Amino acid sequence: MSAPISLAPGGSSSRISARAGLEAATERTRQPIVTGTSVLGIKYKDGVMLAADTLCSYGSMAKYKDARRLTKINDATLLGAGGEYSDFQAITDLLKRNALEDKCTADSLYEEDVNEECAREVWNYLRAVMYNRRNKMNPLWNDLVVAGFSQPAGVGDASADEDKPFLGLVDKIGTTYEDSVIATGFGSYLAIPILREKHREDLEEGEARALLEDCMRVLFYRDCRALNRIQIAKVTKADGVLISEPYEIETSWDSASFVEPKGQLEGDGGW
Amino acid sequence: MSAHAMSMHAPRSHAASAASADPYNLKPGEHSTGTTIMAIPFDGGVVMGADSRTSTGTYIAVRVADKITQVHDRIWICRSGSAADTQALTDYLRHYLGQLSVETGRAPTVKTAAHLMRRMIYENKDNLMAGVIVGGWDAVDGGSVYNIPLGGSLVKMPFAIGGSGSTYVYGLVDHKFKEGMSKDEAKALVEKTVAHAMARDGSSGGIIRTVVITEDGCDKQFIPGDQLPFGP
Repeated sequence: MSAPISLAPGGSSSRISARAGLEAATERTRQPIVTGTSVLGIKYKDGVMLAADTLCSYGSMAKYKDARRLTKINDATLLGAGGEYSDFQAITDLLKRNALEDKCTADSLYEEDVNEECAREVWNYLRAVMYNRRNKMNPLWNDLVVAGFSQPAGVGDASADEDKPFLGLVDKIGTTYEDSVIATGFGSYLAIPILREKHREDLEEGEARALLEDCMRVLFYRDCRALNRIQIAKVTKADGVLISEPYEIETSWDSASFVEPKGQLEGDGGW
Repeated sequence: MSAHAMSMHAPRSHAASAASADPYNLKPGEHSTGTTIMAIPFDGGVVMGADSRTSTGTYIAVRVADKITQVHDRIWICRSGSAADTQALTDYLRHYLGQLSVETGRAPTVKTAAHLMRRMIYENKDNLMAGVIVGGWDAVDGGSVYNIPLGGSLVKMPFAIGGSGSTYVYGLVDHKFKEGMSKDEAKALVEKTVAHAMARDGSSGGIIRTVVITEDGCDKQFIPGDQLPFGP
């Protein structure tokens, strides 16, 4: 399905020399420069919902405060990413290119006849991409969350019931798993316990969104690289993929122990 | 005496132009007050301000920390760098100033406090990671502010900013500061500047705490994180 697209360093430019060949052999893994933090995902009654903030940090600096880390791949698939932003953009380009090529080389130009990749296929494909890069010691430095609808995993059952909600993770070395709650980055430490406690398969949309917002609030309190401006995205049978505009979540700073200053002479000297 | 290399390179040498993720070479498990601190004197006193985020790596260990510490009745310190080092230093300073005021029978001057702090940091510079701002009011000089960065230099300043967040607001302060501001102008500028630094520095955030020190007393206030003059 995928064309021979090169994601190798330098792409298809022809500045390969003998020397570069030698260096490529000993090329070390790069480090991320512009990074996004956690992405959260949960399955709920109508489908799957993702949340991410709109910050990309440049080291410790909060440089890009309106970065979009959730994107639509097709009407059945949503992708979110933490980690290096440029690698996420490259992955999005790759997937869009594949989708376009599928569409152009399909037997029929009618939308109904075209079989778009479902979420599970996208997830599996990304596993191959990430693992391949890892083997070359040159990973795409992202943790990806794939959400959407998929044909059931069972083989050869043409009358299988309708598409099921799908939520899975692919990390930078090609590890994959799927679950009803997914989180990357700091979210895996701070949000997963909350999500596991509160999650139910039959959550209403409002409840699911409130749960994700609560987790994003905790992340804003406790992650240095988080922002209180977030996006929520959902994939449903009825509406396909919808990604909200960014909005600010409320935070609370007025606990008595916060107000009380600690730095006085009688106090403990501050902390 | 070994030459002290004041390099602050993060362990990773790439992204040299980016503010490094770990600007203070902390020992494993050590807390840093990656921070924004500021002090401006005005006629009759000093305004000191700080953010409230204490981080270990990228985890916010304390989101409402108090980084402005009192060491005497009218002398306060803004702390940045390693939380452990600055807490220990302010404890020592508090002790020394307490003794001094008993021995001399009058309140110590801000200048004395600053010089004492500087001695401690300078003589122990290899083992410490502490950048402080000493500010306060005394009967001799009125309101004054002293900046003591990492190596232990002492610089008396018309205004002082420090901590990892200060790099983002040098332009703003250079633009807005003028000599002879009133108490309210100084407080507004401190709050605005700290808010702007918190908006861009990942290691600063939370609430803005301020202390206004005058002959008559010390007024501690804070602005909650959802009512900041700018950001986050």
